[in-house]
Amino acid sequence: MNAAALSRPLAALGRATLALMAATGRLSLFVGETLSHLLRPPFYLREFWLACLNIGWLSLPVVGMTALFTGAALALQIYAGGARFSAEQVVPSITAIGMVRELGPVLGGLMVAARVASSIAAEIGTMKVTEQIDALTTLSTNPMKYLTVPRVLAATLCVPMLVGVGDVIGIMGGWMVGVNRLGFNSATYLKNTWDFLEFWDVGSGLVKGAAFGFIVATMGCYHGMNSGRGAQGVGRATKSAVVAASVAILAANYVLTEAFFSA
Amino acid sequence: MITLDAITRSFGSKHVLRGVDLVVPTGQSTVIIGGSGTGKSVLLKCILGLIEPDGGKITLDGIDVHEGERDAFLARFGMLFQGGALFDSFSVWENVAFRLLRGALKRPKAEAREIAVEKLRRVGLSPDVADLYPAELSGGMQKRVGLARAIAAEPEIIFFDEPTTGLDPIMAGVINELIREIVTEMGATAMTITHDMSSVRAIADRVAMLHAGKIRWEGPIAEMDETSDPYVQQFIHGRAEGPIETLR
Repeated sequence: MNAAALSRPLAALGRATLALMAATGRLSLFVGETLSHLLRPPFYLREFWLACLNIGWLSLPVVGMTALFTGAALALQIYAGGARFSAEQVVPSITAIGMVRELGPVLGGLMVAARVASSIAAEIGTMKVTEQIDALTTLSTNPMKYLTVPRVLAATLCVPMLVGVGDVIGIMGGWMVGVNRLGFNSATYLKNTWDFLEFWDVGSGLVKGAAFGFIVATMGCYHGMNSGRGAQGVGRATKSAVVAASVAILAANYVLTEAFFSA
Repeated sequence: MITLDAITRSFGSKHVLRGVDLVVPTGQSTVIIGGSGTGKSVLLKCILGLIEPDGGKITLDGIDVHEGERDAFLARFGMLFQGGALFDSFSVWENVAFRLLRGALKRPKAEAREIAVEKLRRVGLSPDVADLYPAELSGGMQKRVGLARAIAAEPEIIFFDEPTTGLDPIMAGVINELIREIVTEMGATAMTITHDMSSVRAIADRVAMLHAGKIRWEGPIAEMDETSDPYVQQFIHGRAEGPIETLR
């Protein structure tokens, strides 16, 4: 094997690394520009409220259903696991802590990523390929301020609320299974849940929700703004937005969990 | 007056603009002609700052377009995009009055709507259209709405990017006439890019041909047919044979 053949994999690795670094740099600049516009007028309140409606209110059914079934399944699993060492009574407390610390924010974030990051990327990508973003600029409207800032702000504020609602619905899912399937007393189940939870259990989940909301909207806007031409370009942007947002949510979840709960 | 001096722009290894020199006189209608992919749209977008040129200088009334307040600079322009570029989520009147509903030119909503309806009437659309959405309009109507939006804030300079592409000959004629009338009555400086020769003859005071990244020929419309430039002659007569290479 000659030197050229040996160096080929290294060259490919180098190219991939450079591409990754370049993409990270572009994304960092995009985030920096978004943050720099957050505090500077003009503010587009109509766009912000519309984004709140789309990201928050309209995501409620999917987040609620996800939380309900997850809470119910979690209660069953904890009961089955707890039965191995006669600890079935931990179902209410572990279901609650599992929902508010981890499953509520992470699954809520992932569901919002699937629903919202894709929709934002497709909408902005289509606007880009049909020259609507150029039109915005020629109409003296900064596309970053008009399209990105309202969505990022709305997602950062709305996803924690969704997580909060999801937490309640998830705990109710566990309660329904606990009371109707596993024979728990309703009042005792709720009292155990309430007594066991601490403020920071819920608070940390809400902070995670805010971080995940920021990630979802940023990825949607970034990939939409950098969409390629035509239907294929918009399709690729949409796919990239969902994949990037999902992976970033899982990675951020680990980092935040380490920061909040590591001993 | 817009002056372009040695403008260059490449995309990767493709050199689209290779030193464009052009003067667009105030109050006149200049049409840029040239084949598909010769960089006509890129040139227009370079002037507006939508694409950054790699080299050269663009001035508006002697001032570099990169100097001064960007919003004030853009407020002097109106643009009709090739596909209309209307905002799907807004009604027709909100599209037309977009600039009048926000920013420095913001007016009360009722007044902005009144101006939008008036501009729609100017481009031959009835007030009933005002509350429709762009998806409910035909291609020709979308172009007219785009034209109404371009003139809504009464800009000094109007750009038209392929104004008749995708329209039937009659509608293309209507749009050409409208552009000519509006530019004349507003006294605006107009710059149009097209490869539709009927548009050129209807709209232009001056014509410039872009070929191989440079201005190949420019002059008054009256001199276009008489020029001996073989590139211009091939293009305006739509001949397959000639110095301009065509892919078959």
